[in-house]
Order: sequence, then structure tokens, then C-alpha cells
Amino acid sequence: MAHDSHDHHHDHHHGDEEHSDLSETALRVKALESLLVEKGYVDPAALDELIETYQTRVGPRNGARVVARAWNDAGFMEKLRTDATNAIADMGFIGRQGEHMVALENTDDTHNMVVCTLCSCYPWPVLGLPPVWYKSPPYRSRAVSDPRAVLAEFGVQLPDSKAVKVWDSTAEIRYLVIPQRPQGTGGWSEDRLATLVTRNSMIGTGLALTPDQVTS
Amino acid sequence: MNGGQDLGGVHGLGPIDPEVDEPVFHAEWEKRAFALTLAMGFLGQWNIDRARHARESMHPAKYMTSSYYQIWIEGLIKLMLDAGLVVPGEVHLGKQEVTPRDLHREPVRADEVAVILRKGGPASRDVDTKPKFDPGNKVRAIRMNPEGHTRLPRYLRGCTGEIVTWHKGHVFPDTNAHGKGENPQHLYTVRFAARELWGAGAPANDCMHADLWESYLVPA
Repeated sequence: MAHDSHDHHHDHHHGDEEHSDLSETALRVKALESLLVEKGYVDPAALDELIETYQTRVGPRNGARVVARAWNDAGFMEKLRTDATNAIADMGFIGRQGEHMVALENTDDTHNMVVCTLCSCYPWPVLGLPPVWYKSPPYRSRAVSDPRAVLAEFGVQLPDSKAVKVWDSTAEIRYLVIPQRPQGTGGWSEDRLATLVTRNSMIGTGLALTPDQVTS
Repeated sequence: MNGGQDLGGVHGLGPIDPEVDEPVFHAEWEKRAFALTLAMGFLGQWNIDRARHARESMHPAKYMTSSYYQIWIEGLIKLMLDAGLVVPGEVHLGKQEVTPRDLHREPVRADEVAVILRKGGPASRDVDTKPKFDPGNKVRAIRMNPEGHTRLPRYLRGCTGEIVTWHKGHVFPDTNAHGKGENPQHLYTVRFAARELWGAGAPANDCMHADLWESYLVPA
């Protein structure tokens, strides 16, 4: 809605109370950057590089390639089970917030879902930076206490017979869910399979897309 | 600490409301807040556990109503004030008032970023004791209420579970966050039945896992 948008540009005749929290934060961050550059602690070009990295190069397409390979290559899946960190590193996905990886395999009997109730731990090299909802109180509070209701909010209904296993990332272990391979994808290439793998399916708040969902 | 960050099981926080086609960043300031937090972290003046503790020290009411990058930027300011890198007036005005601390290094350059990110910061460490528990052992999470940093959430304290995986030694956050050393301990993934945590109304088949350090656990 335009009237309460945070990025309106009309003149600043208003009192301070009309400034939104967010524009105050924007000013605070701007002041902080100026200060830290002036003090010689940070180089703005390095900040640009960090932003560029996570905006364009590191994101859930990485994880989708891991999942697609796991679906197509039993040997790779076996390596994911025994040493996910190195299996994933062999594909070039390595480093910060992915130093200790564990893959969680969804099956006919089990659905896995990942949360960080205490902060926002998330496997950056394979999924990039977490979405807002993952870091926010509603998901963090209920993912552990009522995961089936959380899944329903994401449109995922599971039969009672399927166990829901929630993984709270309380240490530096980072979890990647390997969703079940959709029916009707026999003979598909890894590239094509990767188009079915959504970010949420690798957090466990979604399922992989079916072939119908990508072609329709 | 029993702060605003310890959210497992809290009620009344509303719908999750996931955004469709969410962008990586929602505003220019979020990009800069993110990058400033990482770039300042690269200077090695604090560790990840201290950084988490700085964020969770925010007043719980403010913590729960701030966006995550607001929490990050306030946490960063606290870390820099505590480390003597800036003084409060400077943060307010965005202008230097006192001589910078000599960190004996240059700021991280753009061409160093990829190498630093690739290297990451592994938390695994050698521990010279034998692990106290094996997979399959029954354990109980201790009851404790430290005012300092801990990674044992309230919803698990006093509950009984089973060791699933032994991850060898990892840096112990409860001391590392407070300048008291890494003191690595054996780390385990522990499984808790949903009914053990949430009562008889929880689904019989469901379970929660957490990664817990050895001193959080006793035999059950």
C-alpha cells in the first residue's frame, strides 16, 4: 500500500515520530559505514564484494545441484550419508556456515525439517542467506513445538504415518534436507532434476516440485 | 541466557507468512548491514559465539520486534563498543572522534573476500578425552539457567533423549562467548521424542533433534 510504504520520498517536514523504524535504521547503518570506513576498519569495495557474492553467486541453486546429483547417483548419495561436508565440498560448495554439513534424507516414512530456534543458523554455501521467515520468531518458536501446523502453513500436508523429524541447529552442524525424488522423472538429467528442487524443499518446509508444476 | 532469542515453544507470535519470490535483501541498508557485520568479523576482534551473545543480549521485547538485520547491526555496534573500536558518540554521528585502535592490519580487501569465505571458520577441535556417550545411549539434558551464553535451549532442559551421532570435539560456546577459551568438548546430536518435550498431545512418531555438548548431558 503506497500510503504506508517505507520508501516514500516526499519532503521531510514531519516530526521524528513519523519516521519509520526502518528509515531510522537505514540512517544508522549509513552513519556506521561512513564511520568504519573513516576509521580504516573496512573497505567499501570489500562490502560490495560480499553483497555481490550472496546476491548472485551463492544461493539455493547450489543446493539444488547437490540434491539432483544425489537423486541420480547412488554413490554420491552414499557419500552424502557418510561425509556430507566433503561430498558437497567436492562440488565446490564450501566454507562459511557450511563447515560441518549433514544431509537429511526424506523417505516414504520420514520427513525432515530444519530450524534454528536460537538464532538463524543456515547452510550458506548450499542455500545462500536465509529468508526472513526462517529467521523470524513465528517459525523459530513453532517449528519445534508444532511442526505439522507449520508445514500446513507452507501447504504441506503429511499423513500421520509419516514421522516428522525436526533438526534444531544449536551448534555449527548445518543441515541440508534431501527431498524425495518426484515420480515421473526417470531418465532426467541432473540439470533438469535441479529445476524441481526448491529452497523450501531443502529446508523441509516444502516438497520437491512435480514435473507438472514446472511445465504448467 | 533466557533471552528473547530462545524461542522454541513460545506461543502467540503469529503466522509465519512466507513472502513469495523473496529477494535476498529488502533494502540497501540490509545489504550494508550484512556486509559490515561480516567485514568487521573478519578483523578477528571477536568470535561467532560472542557475536551471537551480543545479539541475544538485546531486550527481549526489542529482539522479537526487530528485523534480523536490525538485530545484527545493534549486535555489531555492541561488539565494537565492547572491543573499544568505536565510542558511542561516533556511532551516533557517523564521524570519527577518537583515534582508531591499531589492529595491526589493513581492512579486508575485495580480492580477499572469496578466500576468507571459502576458508570459513570450522568449529571442530581435537579433544583428548574419550567421548562419554555412544549412539543409542539415553541421556538427559541438564537443568541450568546461565545468565551468559548457552546453546542449550529451554525447551530441552530436563528432558530425556537418545544419542544419535557423535561429532567429535567442537568449540564450547558457553565459555568462548565470554573470553574464557574454546574449551572444546564432544558434541552429539540428540533425539527427543515430541511427546517427551511437548506432552501427550504431540504426535507419537515425531521427534526433535539438537546438537548438544557433553557437559549439557548426563546419563539417563
